[in-house]
Amino acid sequence: MLETIQQIPIEHYVLYSSVLFIIGIFGVLTRRNAIVVLMCVELMLNAVNLLLAAFSTYLSDAQGQIMVFFIMVVAAAEAAVGLGILVMIYRNTKSTDISLLDKLKN
Amino acid sequence: MSQYLFLTLALVSVATALLMVLSRNPVHSVLYLIATFFAIAGQYVLLNAQFLAIVHIIVYAGAIMVLFLFVLMLLNLNNATEPQKSNAWKVTGAIASGSLLLVMVGALKGSSAAVAQVAHKADVGLVQNLGRVLFTDFVVPFEIAGILFLAAMVGAVLVGKRDIKL
Repeated sequence: MLETIQQIPIEHYVLYSSVLFIIGIFGVLTRRNAIVVLMCVELMLNAVNLLLAAFSTYLSDAQGQIMVFFIMVVAAAEAAVGLGILVMIYRNTKSTDISLLDKLKN
Repeated sequence: MSQYLFLTLALVSVATALLMVLSRNPVHSVLYLIATFFAIAGQYVLLNAQFLAIVHIIVYAGAIMVLFLFVLMLLNLNNATEPQKSNAWKVTGAIASGSLLLVMVGALKGSSAAVAQVAHKADVGLVQNLGRVLFTDFVVPFEIAGILFLAAMVGAVLVGKRDIKL
């Protein structure tokens, strides 16, 4: 039996991942630099990954860790395409401020 | 022993994540986020998921954050001239995310009942077991992930080109 499972209840992992996820949401809501917003999205993905891995270990089921693997795949693809779009936005507006990107509003 | 390790890593990662969100300079944000990722990799080791820990460090700290840092340096945004949102907006964000935290913690409170009576297998997170599951049960999603990567690669190159003639 793994020492971690005996000593740490799963609620601690739930609370910890929730706090990390909330910090990511707070960053998305309050920052204006688009690169930092993308980094906060990565932090939220990581919080979910950690909780999936924790439940996978506690239930002795490998499928949770396979899910984490696929989430990492999607995160890498998202970062590549998102940063490409960001470079193009910077080329057109000379800024990465997301509050300039409200053309659909009018 | 492992609860102290858990607490230390959790405190380090939450503190660096907060610093990442609150620091004005985007380059400092990237460096704090790399520290957060290393702490999370330590949590994976603690959970006996060695494969995930290694992949996490290689993919996140090694590839994604280097890409972020590279774009940041390319756009020359390392001066602290980012326009800030107003304080009212920050308070609103804090209240909204705090109430979501309350709802999530309240909803997930009884989760230990679901995992109480499972016998633990030690080899779940090792490469041998994960590879067997990945290439038998999840072989179709694995191939689709390859197609997704190809699409992302083509899309990133196409978006990044200056003038596209189709």
